[in-house]
Amino acid sequence: MSEAVTQTLNIIKSNKLIAKYDKDARDIFGFWVYLMTDCVLFASLFAVFAVLRHNTYGGPGASLLFSMPYALVETIILLTSSFTCGLAVLSAQLKHNKRVLFWFIVTFALGASFLGLELNEFHNFIAMGDSWRRSGFLSSYFVLVATHGLHITLGLLWIAVMSVFVLKRGISDLVMKRIRMLSMFWHFLDVVWIFIFTIVYLFGAIRV
Amino acid sequence: MGLISIFANFWLGKLNLQALPPNAIQWFGAILMLSVPIGLALLLTVKKKWKWLYKEWLTTQDPKKIGVMYILVALAMLLRGGADVMFMKTQQSISVGHNMGILSASHFQQIVSAHGTIMIFFVAMGLMFGLINLIVPLQIGARDVAFPFLNATSFWLFFAGMILVNASLVLGDFAATGWLAYPPLSELRYSPTVGVDYWIWSLEIAGAGSLLAAINFLVTIFKMRVKGMNFMKMPMFVWSVLGSLMLVAFAFPILTVTLGLLALDRDLGTHFFTAGGGGNMMMYVNLIWAWGHPEVYILVLPGFGVFSEVVSTFARKRLFGYTSMVWAIGAIVLLSFLVWLHHFFTMGAGSDVNAFFGIMTMIIAIPTGVKIFNWLFTMYRGKIRLESPILWFIGFVVIFTIGGMAGVLLAVPPIDFQLHNSLFLVAHFHMMIVGGVLFADFAAITYWFPKIFGFKLNEKLGRFTFWCWLIGFLTSFIPLYILGFMGATRRLNHYSASLGWQQLFIVSAIGAAIIGLGVGAQILQFVVSIIQRKNNLDTTGDPWDGRSLEWSTPSPVPFYTFARLPHVTERDAFWVAKRQKVEDKRPYEDIAIPKNSPLSMVIALGAFLLGFGIVWHIWWLAVSGLLTIIATIIIRSMDEETEYVLKASDVERLDKQYRMQTKTRETKLAVEV
Amino acid sequence: MSSKKKVLGLGLAVLVVLIISGSYLSSVNIPLLQPRGIVADKEFRLLLSVTGIMCIVVIPVFILLGYIVWKYRDTNNSKKKYLPDWDSNRYIEGLWWIIPSIIIFILSIITWNATYALNPFNPLASTEKALNIQVIALDWKWLFIYPSEKVASINKLVIPVNRPVHFYLTSDAPMNSFWIPQLSGQIYSMPGMQTQLYIMANREGHYRGWSANISGIGFASMTFDTAVTSDINFNHWAHQVDKTAPKLTNAAYSVLSRPSSYVAPKYYSHPQPNLFNDTISKYMVPGKQGMVM
Repeated sequence: MSEAVTQTLNIIKSNKLIAKYDKDARDIFGFWVYLMTDCVLFASLFAVFAVLRHNTYGGPGASLLFSMPYALVETIILLTSSFTCGLAVLSAQLKHNKRVLFWFIVTFALGASFLGLELNEFHNFIAMGDSWRRSGFLSSYFVLVATHGLHITLGLLWIAVMSVFVLKRGISDLVMKRIRMLSMFWHFLDVVWIFIFTIVYLFGAIRV
Repeated sequence: MGLISIFANFWLGKLNLQALPPNAIQWFGAILMLSVPIGLALLLTVKKKWKWLYKEWLTTQDPKKIGVMYILVALAMLLRGGADVMFMKTQQSISVGHNMGILSASHFQQIVSAHGTIMIFFVAMGLMFGLINLIVPLQIGARDVAFPFLNATSFWLFFAGMILVNASLVLGDFAATGWLAYPPLSELRYSPTVGVDYWIWSLEIAGAGSLLAAINFLVTIFKMRVKGMNFMKMPMFVWSVLGSLMLVAFAFPILTVTLGLLALDRDLGTHFFTAGGGGNMMMYVNLIWAWGHPEVYILVLPGFGVFSEVVSTFARKRLFGYTSMVWAIGAIVLLSFLVWLHHFFTMGAGSDVNAFFGIMTMIIAIPTGVKIFNWLFTMYRGKIRLESPILWFIGFVVIFTIGGMAGVLLAVPPIDFQLHNSLFLVAHFHMMIVGGVLFADFAAITYWFPKIFGFKLNEKLGRFTFWCWLIGFLTSFIPLYILGFMGATRRLNHYSASLGWQQLFIVSAIGAAIIGLGVGAQILQFVVSIIQRKNNLDTTGDPWDGRSLEWSTPSPVPFYTFARLPHVTERDAFWVAKRQKVEDKRPYEDIAIPKNSPLSMVIALGAFLLGFGIVWHIWWLAVSGLLTIIATIIIRSMDEETEYVLKASDVERLDKQYRMQTKTRETKLAVEV
Repeated sequence: MSSKKKVLGLGLAVLVVLIISGSYLSSVNIPLLQPRGIVADKEFRLLLSVTGIMCIVVIPVFILLGYIVWKYRDTNNSKKKYLPDWDSNRYIEGLWWIIPSIIIFILSIITWNATYALNPFNPLASTEKALNIQVIALDWKWLFIYPSEKVASINKLVIPVNRPVHFYLTSDAPMNSFWIPQLSGQIYSMPGMQTQLYIMANREGHYRGWSANISGIGFASMTFDTAVTSDINFNHWAHQVDKTAPKLTNAAYSVLSRPSSYVAPKYYSHPQPNLFNDTISKYMVPGKQGMVM
């Protein structure tokens, strides 16, 4: 009799565990689907950039504007931030709260400096009179890169919020799942930046 | 003076007294529009129902209730879009020669644009997401959707977009550009008023809602099917929703980008689609149709799904050619992204490009035709109960086939050169969308109404509605085909008497009036059915001798949906279970149910303020809207207790109660009879 | 009323409607069915043949629908076969995958050929040299420039019969669509871009043309009369305009290009020779040629 009860209890427990696991898998899958739609969003912006690339309307073209070393520095910073974000996830898996916080701060700092560099580049162009109003090409450049920058800004906000979570609540299952999603998001932005770097800066510099 | 205007500029942006309606007709529209929310608010106050509304509906996370709210909003918008039709048809019937009709050109064009926008985004999409919310979880044996909070948020974003679109009736104007607002006409230079901005931001907000809803239901369908229901055992409605939502996920981001870029052109002076400045207006046309063509299939695929359910239920036969149907949906999903250019063959692209897109368009006719033949053969050797849902199906086949034939004609580029932008085109796409979407949605409402509310709709009025719609629709749109052949173009607020178009326009207006009668009958149908609900109670939970899992629950569906998750081994799971007559003796288990939350509404409120602020350049409002959204999401993320648990013992008690109720209702009825 | 009587009544009603509408249609003027130019004529014939081919599928659908619904409706004394589990048959399904595919294949070949043959940019075969006309869509009227004849007109198109006409189109306003249904299908006219269209009228007369794409509040008024006349009359007209009409100077053009609706036909002589190209390139970069499509 009591054996049957424990058995049933075990089944119920494992069912709960399965349900919990199912729910987490579902959330992560949902986040993938969201990232896919974001991919389509960026793809559309890339298409727009490709169409307007030569519509300089008398203004400067890509080869005149962009500085490769500058973009390269931005790229390295963002790639490094992706790496440190990965380290944060690893530390989180080991439940090292402090280390997670440390890597979050590093990631945040790198992300913020990337954003700073990007804004500085924008500022320089605008100061030279080459704002988004100048030509179709510049419109598409500004909006493509700024959309990525906006995502980075949201990512920074997210890192900040997650840091508070880690500080206040430790690494619960929920927090862990969100840290996973955050790192998916951050890596995704990295991939998008690689495309921006290649298509906007690299192709621009070699005058395709 | 200067100080005051700076002050006003800061607080009110472009908003001033001139934003109020300029003439009597527009005042009439504005007052009519305002009277609806004011009337509702009064009614709620008098009846002391605010608390009930808040607790039961506004904060709910239950997809069944959210579905009902979607459908209510969509039906209200159907009335708004229908009122637009009455204005348009009146104008076109009398505005001939020296008579300039009742509407100014600009007002007429605003009404035309609003009609298209509202019917597609707030009626067709609303009905579709309403049905998806109501039926998809039930059919796959899930108690809820994957992300209940997100689901409520999607609805409230849809609602916020709806409010914004209707706000244009009271403050400012609406886009006078046609429902897709081609630039450069929709650019600041040619449309300096806020009309286009209203259009952009209402669609951005509602579109974001649609995208989130699609993600939600994709995950629901992929990850939450009940044990045993593999993909090839899903009901056909779920399959078609899956196809449709994949299209939403791929197409709506394109819309978001396109509208966003147009907004940037207008607000920040970029040159994406401007004439001059290095902009490319044809890129807009390409982008908007890269979304727009899939959108047609987004709407019509769930309609196909509804008919698959209705036909097999009312013919009392298994759906014919299930595998073919699945492949047909797959083919349609794939092809729908390869045809967008057929919307502008007349742009002057090369023969190869035009021919390619023309042929691709025709190829879509093959899977669509396959579906029609499969439905016909589902009825073959069945026992067809000719009740109103199947009448809508028959009407659909008639209308959709005529419209489809017109569609193939339009797919041949040289023929399209003659018919593009004419009323022939207008007749074609109305036949596709009214026949394929609206008729399906009406069939669905009749079919699933007892499941949600526990009683059937009045059949006599249902049939009367159907005949009004069918006859009115044909009377209204067959003349448009002829007018197209006469060279009449779309969106004309006035034409010369010598063209001889007036009689046909009047016939078309009469057709619209017959449809109006049908809409009246529909409203009456709801009222009468509610009053006489005791005569139409669904006591079994299975009023139509149904086939899929939703009919295994009592009607109306209890809030926990399934007391015990159903067991699936085959297609048409419930039909099979009924034949086998196995009694379910499994134990009950705990059920986690999401708690109510007002935060979805708050997010949508933020979105509305953001949209409204940008439309009128009231930047402090826009920024506060954005901050509201962000803050609400963060607050929500801090809440870890989003669900409560209904104990297994309670589930058992409730379930037995429910089933007892059903039985007593049955015996009561037997006594009454 | 029995259901048979109902169906009979319905059939009768449909018949009455068909007779009334048939007699109405035979009494009115339907431009698309009365082509007066070789392009419109070919497009009309294409329309007829495609419609005919499609009837191979559409008519069986209607017959099947009527037959199946009637035969298998649920009647009480039914002795009809009822097969609730019959849900697939590879051969029958194959039939409606394959037959429509064959039909679409045939239609595809027709479409491919017709699209090439009727490309609006293609010159029309003729012994006569094509007459060039530049078309600028303005807010809300059409400007026609005859560069060789050195005349121009607003909302009035005069062309010779049986001679190809080569239109170059652009817009100095939002996008419009240029359409004279009895002579040919339409083509967009877009700012900063140039499209082309060849037509050839084969009967003298007056044919109406208009814009088929919404372009603002005066859009409905963008109609014009196309007079197709003999070669002699055309030359006479051009000569007459050249002698009597005011000059289309830049100043006159800038007045013209201001928004106005329901503009009566007007004639001009000596249009600025570069007016059309300048109109295109002013939307492009200074020094850069218009995007020619």
